[in-house]
Amino acid sequence: MPLAPAITDLDQLKNHPAVARVVGWKPEAVTGVKFDRDEMTIFVDRAYIREACIALKDDPACPFNFLSDVTCVDWYPAEPRFEVVYHLLSIPKKERVRLKVHLNSASPAIESITSVWPGANYFEREVFDLFGVRFTGHPYLRRILMPEDWEGHPLRKDYPVEGYR
Amino acid sequence: MAHLNPTPVLEPGQDRTMILNMGPQHPSTHGVLRVLLEIDGETVVRMMPDIGYLHTGIEKTCEAKFYQQVVPLTDRIDYLCPLTNNLCYVLAVEKLLGLEIPPKAQWLRVLLNELTRINSHLVWLGTHALDIGAMTVFLYCFREREEILKIFEMVSGQRMMTSYFRVGGIALEPPLGFFDRVRDFAGYFPEKVDEYENLLTGNPIWMMRTKGVARMTAEDAIALGATGPTLRGSGVDIDLRRDMPYSSYEKFQFKVPISQEGDVFARYMCRVQELRESIGIVRQALDGMPEGPIKADAPGVVLPDREKMKTQMESLIYHFKIITEGFAVPVGEVYQAVESPRGEMGYYIVSDGTAKPYRVHMRSACFANLQTLPTMCEGRLLADVVAAIGSIDIVLGEIDR
Repeated sequence: MPLAPAITDLDQLKNHPAVARVVGWKPEAVTGVKFDRDEMTIFVDRAYIREACIALKDDPACPFNFLSDVTCVDWYPAEPRFEVVYHLLSIPKKERVRLKVHLNSASPAIESITSVWPGANYFEREVFDLFGVRFTGHPYLRRILMPEDWEGHPLRKDYPVEGYR
Repeated sequence: MAHLNPTPVLEPGQDRTMILNMGPQHPSTHGVLRVLLEIDGETVVRMMPDIGYLHTGIEKTCEAKFYQQVVPLTDRIDYLCPLTNNLCYVLAVEKLLGLEIPPKAQWLRVLLNELTRINSHLVWLGTHALDIGAMTVFLYCFREREEILKIFEMVSGQRMMTSYFRVGGIALEPPLGFFDRVRDFAGYFPEKVDEYENLLTGNPIWMMRTKGVARMTAEDAIALGATGPTLRGSGVDIDLRRDMPYSSYEKFQFKVPISQEGDVFARYMCRVQELRESIGIVRQALDGMPEGPIKADAPGVVLPDREKMKTQMESLIYHFKIITEGFAVPVGEVYQAVESPRGEMGYYIVSDGTAKPYRVHMRSACFANLQTLPTMCEGRLLADVVAAIGSIDIVLGEIDR
C-alpha cells in the first residue's frame, strides 16, 4: 500500500467540515492546511487559536466538542521553533482534526484554551513543564511532572537525553 | 464552567478548614498519587491532585531509540495493559509507513487486547473493592487474572511486560495449545463474572458506598477530557473500537455498555459489563481466526524468519540492517488512538525521515481522567475520595510517563 502524497492545497480541502468552518469563520486565521495519511491538519495563526477552538466547538454541523490532546514539537534549531499541536474530536460525527500553531523561540507564548475546555489544564501544564511554552490566561501554570525547582525543559531538543550531570 | 478550573495553591490559615495530605504512599492511591485536600470536618472543600512522582521521561527516551526499540518502552507506561500500548504504538508506526497487516495478525491483536482489557478490569475491580472494604472480590479477581497472565507468558514469554507486537505484525506464532487454553478460559470466565456480581452488585453496603457518590455530569466529563468508562458512566456513548475501528474491530459484534447516572456505581457497572463483552469478542476471535502469515510483507521493516535468515543471504542482510541501523520512516506525523481499558490512549508520532522517531507523545487516558477528581469530590465526604479515586481506575505509570 504505497503512501498517497500529502495534499496541501486549500481549495481541494474546502469540503472537510473543520476546514470549511474555520475558513468560513475567519479566512486570515488559517495559514495552511495539510491532508496526509487520512488526517487533517489546519495551521492556525497564533493570535486566533482560542477563537478558532471556540468556532470549531460551536460548529452546528460538526461540533468538535472534545479536546483529545495538546502537545508540542520542538524543531530546534529551525525557526519558528515550536509547534503546539491540538487534537480535537467530534463525538457526534466521529471526526478528528489537528490544529497547529507555530511559535518562535524568542517568546514562546500562546493563549490558553482552558476557558474553552477546562480539560486543557493538565495538558498545557505538561507542555509548559517539558517545553517551556507559556500559556497566557492559564489559571495555574506550574510544573506538573518535573520537580518545582527543576532547571530547564527536558523535551527540548537542546536538552541532552541523559540530562545534565 | 468556572467550577471546573483548579483553585490555586491550598494554604492553611482559614478558620474552619485544615489541609490533609493524602499520599503519595497511601494504599488507596494506587501507586504514588498525592492528593492535597482542604477539609472542613469530614467534608472536602477543595482538592488538588499532585502528580509526577513516577515521571521517567519515556517520551524523551523514545527519541533516542530506533522505531522497533520503542515497543518495550510502551509496555512500561501502563503495566496493566501493556498489549494495548504495544498495539497503539505499532498501529501508529504502521500508519506512518503505510503498511498493510495480514488478517491473522490483526485478529490475534484483537484477541490479546481483549484479554488485556479483562486483566486490567480485574485488577481494577479487585483493588477498587478492597479500597471500599470488600476483601473477597480481590482474591477472586486475582485468581482469574493469574490465568490470563499465564496465557500471556505462554504466548510472549512474559507475564506483564509482553512486548509481543512488532511493527508489521506480531513477534511469533502462538505456541501449540494456546487457542485451547484461551477457549477454556473463555468458557468458564462468564460464571466468574457472575460470582463477582453476586458479591457486589446487589450488596447493600456496596450500593451505599457507590450509588450517588462522586457524581459527574456528561457535560463536565466531556469538558474535562474524560474518556473510557469514566465518560460512558456519565451517559456519553462513545467507544473508539466501534466508532473509529482499528485492527479489524469493525468485524466483531459487541455492545458498548453505558450508564446514565455518572456515579461510582455507574462506572462500576460499565466496566463489569465490559468484562462480559470482552470475553464475547475473545470467543468471536477464536471462532473466526483466519489462516495465513502473521507478519506483513515488508522486507526492510519486518525481521525475516530465523530459518530464512540462516539460509538466504538477502534475508541475512535485511536482518543485519534492521538490527544495526533500524528502518527509515517517511516524513510525516500521525495520531493513532485506541480504546484502552481506561479510555482513549493516543500516540502522536512525528517522523523526520530517519530511523528514530523525532517526537513520540502519549496521550494518556488517566492523565485527562484524573482532572475530573476535584469535580467529583469537592463538597463530598472524605471517605468518598477513596471510592472516587478507585472509580476512575488510575495507573500512575501512565499518568507520569
